[in-house]
Amino acid sequence: MKTKLDDSRPIYIQIKEFIEDSIINETIKIGERVPSTNELAKFYNINPATARQGMNELVMDNILRKQRGVGMFVTEDAKEILIGNRKKQFYENYIVPLQDEANKLEITKDQLIEMLEKEGNMDEN
Amino acid sequence: MRIEVKNLSKVYNQTAALKDVSFSLTEPKIYGLLGRNGAGKTTFMEILAGHILASSGEILINGDRPFDNRKLTEKICLIKEGDNFNKDMKVKQILRSYSLFYATWDHQLAMDLIREYNLPLHTKVKSLSKGMASALGIIVGLACKAPVTIFDEPYIGLDAAARKKFYEILLEEYEKEKRTIIFSTHLIDEVSLLFEEVLILQEGTLLLQEGAETLRHNTCSVSGPITEVEQFLENKEVIKRDQLAGMMTAYVFGSKTEAKQAGLTVEGVPIQDLMIYLTEKKGA
Repeated sequence: MKTKLDDSRPIYIQIKEFIEDSIINETIKIGERVPSTNELAKFYNINPATARQGMNELVMDNILRKQRGVGMFVTEDAKEILIGNRKKQFYENYIVPLQDEANKLEITKDQLIEMLEKEGNMDEN
Repeated sequence: MRIEVKNLSKVYNQTAALKDVSFSLTEPKIYGLLGRNGAGKTTFMEILAGHILASSGEILINGDRPFDNRKLTEKICLIKEGDNFNKDMKVKQILRSYSLFYATWDHQLAMDLIREYNLPLHTKVKSLSKGMASALGIIVGLACKAPVTIFDEPYIGLDAAARKKFYEILLEEYEKEKRTIIFSTHLIDEVSLLFEEVLILQEGTLLLQEGAETLRHNTCSVSGPITEVEQFLENKEVIKRDQLAGMMTAYVFGSKTEAKQAGLTVEGVPIQDLMIYLTEKKGA
């Protein structure tokens, strides 16, 4: 969990990412209540309107559902949706920079594949 | 309350502190009023609070002028850097007089805060330390619950822990009851996350009024070889350029995605840095 937010990126996006990460690594499980905008605002010292914007987007994405007067809860499908989205971003966020760096260092495609396989073997052993 | 600033100017002994400034604050939000020393922030806040008169132009609050207008001034509270209170009065008397002036006064909150900040009720203001006097200002500013509350660098002498406490309580109270809070400070990196909207004054004029999240979205620094960066900067509003060893970093209004697509290294710009670069550009 991040204790400090980065003032150079939109805060609501960082709030979204924090909740999403918590759902993916199951610190907040399906059906559980997520922190309220108040709790988030207080913890991070941020404007509650900003926290609310992040939470509302998660409701629209069907990650959270609102229960009036009680709070916001993780939906049944939340984890599946999030992992699906992350997989889509995986190529852009990890593979593209990996290839860029490999090109700079003149690492060939075969060498790259070899490295990945070696890493996989080490995990299995 | 709706605040309209219309062609506001203020001249002190031939020096213009505000020059034909116009803008409006339409909703109850937490506004950050930023700028270098001498930008006109304090003058603006004093006119808004009805403490002084404008040389020309006006500020209208829900359509009325605040100067010498009790009906309006009991809805506005300005807490300044110092000299907020009569030095010969005791803390308890100060609280009492404010509670009589502000119909919205929250006695319970005031007492809770007095305990929180360990303020002695029976000590005269002149015997308080700087930090304690600032704490008293903050307590009055929070407990008055005025629909327009203005904090002008309110925490001289307050340590980091006491300031953090202040931000927490401010947010808590704001969340319970929305009101217009105008916050002016030089400790921007400490409070920029509280702001919903940012106004930057520079030499008596309004340089910028924008949502804080919009600013975080729409400003970035781009770095790369000079020619590539220059190419990207064409037709864009550039805030500042820095060069080193054939490389250039430029601060610019524009989306991060576009700069990434151009193959440049992109970073965000914290609001504090943005304020510095923007006011440098025009001041230089």
